[in-house]
Amino acid sequence: MSINLQALSAQLLVGLINGSFYALLSLGLAVIFGMLNIINFAHGAVYMMGAFCAYFLLNVFGIGYWPALILAPVLVGIFGMLTERTMLKWLAGLDHLYGLLLTFGLALIIQGVFQNYFGSSGLPYAIPSELQGGINLGFMFLPIYRGWVIVCSLVVCIATWYLIERTRLGAYLRAATENPTLVRAFGINVPRMITLTYGLGVGLAALAGVLSAPINQVRPLMGADLIIVVFAVVVIGGMGSIMGSIITGFALGIIEGLTKYFYPEASNTVVFVLMVLVLLVKPTGLTGRAV
Amino acid sequence: MRIRLAALLVGTALTFGMTFAAMAQDKVTDKNVKIGVLTDLSSLYADLGGEGSVVAAEMAADDSGLKAKGWKIDVISADHQNKPDVGAGIARRWIDTDKVDIIADVPNSGVALAVNNIVKEKNSILLDSGAGSSELTNTQCTPNTVHFTYDTYMLAQSTGGAMVKAGGDTWFFITADYAFGHALENDTTAVVKANGGKVLGSVKAPLNTADFSSYLLQAQASKAKVIGLANAGGDTTNSIKQAAEFGIVKGGQKLAGLLMFLSDVHSLGLNVAQGLNLSETFYWDANDQTRAFSKRFSERLKTHAMPTMVHAGVYAGLLHYFKALEALGGNPHDGAKVVAKMKEMPTDDPLFGKGVIRIDGRAIHPAFLFEVKAPAESKGPWDLYKLVGTTPGDQAFRPLSESKCSLVKH
Repeated sequence: MSINLQALSAQLLVGLINGSFYALLSLGLAVIFGMLNIINFAHGAVYMMGAFCAYFLLNVFGIGYWPALILAPVLVGIFGMLTERTMLKWLAGLDHLYGLLLTFGLALIIQGVFQNYFGSSGLPYAIPSELQGGINLGFMFLPIYRGWVIVCSLVVCIATWYLIERTRLGAYLRAATENPTLVRAFGINVPRMITLTYGLGVGLAALAGVLSAPINQVRPLMGADLIIVVFAVVVIGGMGSIMGSIITGFALGIIEGLTKYFYPEASNTVVFVLMVLVLLVKPTGLTGRAV
Repeated sequence: MRIRLAALLVGTALTFGMTFAAMAQDKVTDKNVKIGVLTDLSSLYADLGGEGSVVAAEMAADDSGLKAKGWKIDVISADHQNKPDVGAGIARRWIDTDKVDIIADVPNSGVALAVNNIVKEKNSILLDSGAGSSELTNTQCTPNTVHFTYDTYMLAQSTGGAMVKAGGDTWFFITADYAFGHALENDTTAVVKANGGKVLGSVKAPLNTADFSSYLLQAQASKAKVIGLANAGGDTTNSIKQAAEFGIVKGGQKLAGLLMFLSDVHSLGLNVAQGLNLSETFYWDANDQTRAFSKRFSERLKTHAMPTMVHAGVYAGLLHYFKALEALGGNPHDGAKVVAKMKEMPTDDPLFGKGVIRIDGRAIHPAFLFEVKAPAESKGPWDLYKLVGTTPGDQAFRPLSESKCSLVKH
């Protein structure tokens, strides 16, 4: 096959867009795993809830895209914190498997309820008028909305990384995961901090959901289709590593984009092939710590 | 001792007797029917088939009038998850242990082709409405299969033919990478070439893809006048929505949704879908009879959606099946015998009108070319199509003279 440079750069850019979603979602997973030690299988379901939340805000309350970008993650984040307080809290200190099973069950219930009421083909959500149209970059026509997704995702990813790795609050958080008893002795409310962290992770997923609503149909299964890939991203990047999950997210989006160009039939397996290779060579993931 | 021997003999005789009775009972004609609706209850085809197909089967059982005449009709259902092995497993269990007489709907051609082999091997019946592959009544035809609603040949003739005639003579395909997508691409390619057009390329996208932008960019770069979407359900809606985003239609290329259902157009919304051409064999708002059926249907369905042509096909196909059973004077539990009767009797139902089921198992009825309305033309959430052309049944489907079906004598 002859390589067309124009087409190739277009595919790289498209890969970067998909990578933005992988990065946002795997970041949330990494935050939750790093701080709470929970493998959050409900992540795809809360991503879907974020998109549905944006849909309802618009169609029931007349609240548009921009406020939804803040409101939906907050609302879904509150839902997440409630589940942490009522259910996940009791699993602290138990084997990872318990958290995995609980969140997987939650995901199935949430998806089932949405599918029961809204069917499977989904609901439309229009691109906000400010971001409609596109720019001709020469090698491709870039829809403005897709450009916005890359920028927004990058900013949020870096802000989250900064919050956790470079601020005092983040230092408390990391300390609390290392030794909760000691941190409590300093007068810090560790359980509340854990709840807020779970809320943050869930909120990040919901934000990705809102961002994707205008691109994909708002469908009950939109998260279920994506979550498996995102888990592969997290495994490749290394469980619990913040920067690792961001970089791997973007990188895998690009690799997937290239596969779609060179051999499209393999595009939804390439991530898993990479995962197997990474696990064979470095079982903790590219940047991960031992679990 | 003698008493014991006698008891043993009587016991043995009784056992044998009962076994014979049980064996004979298998083939006794009675008035019990068990329908298995095998469909996608949870994924991308659940709205075009799914729960609606189960409702359609139950309505057919109620409307057949057989229950009042003392027949016992059971409808059961299962989710094949779009996996041929899962679907085949359910079909075997249904026929072997649950004594299901007829398997209905089966969207997803991969699953349908697997079940097609099983019903032949076990002399049961496949009444397919949801699957598209025209191979079901061509190279893969069996005396136990009826393909009711539509197929890839008809879609290619109706939508593909119309678009080439309107000047779309160069094509690029975005194809779902499994049996149905391949069949649809091949059938459409044949139509495009027969009408003097050219196919510039194609790309195979995995089933259930969320992001089509890579494929759309390749289609855009091909400069083909028409981008043929040889996919279905959620894959089609995602590709159309994202094509709008990438300015493909504004750039002068046309989209051909080769297989689109009412549920897809409804979920896309008219803003995005307006102006698309598509082919169906049933539309709920066609006449008084279809409206009456659709109203009853949507009242029984949880989501209150209007029926797709797949739902209509399950209903009409089963009505015809019941008529054949009644003409046979009972259910002989013999798949090939019932299907032969179904082919012998002309079809006539409120949804598809008068038609026939050919020797190859293909149900023949007209195909309609629709255009999706603009938002201003639509008077309600389900007022979506206007009729722009009709292909008579004898031209819409593959003529028997071109058939590779072993049941057809040339």
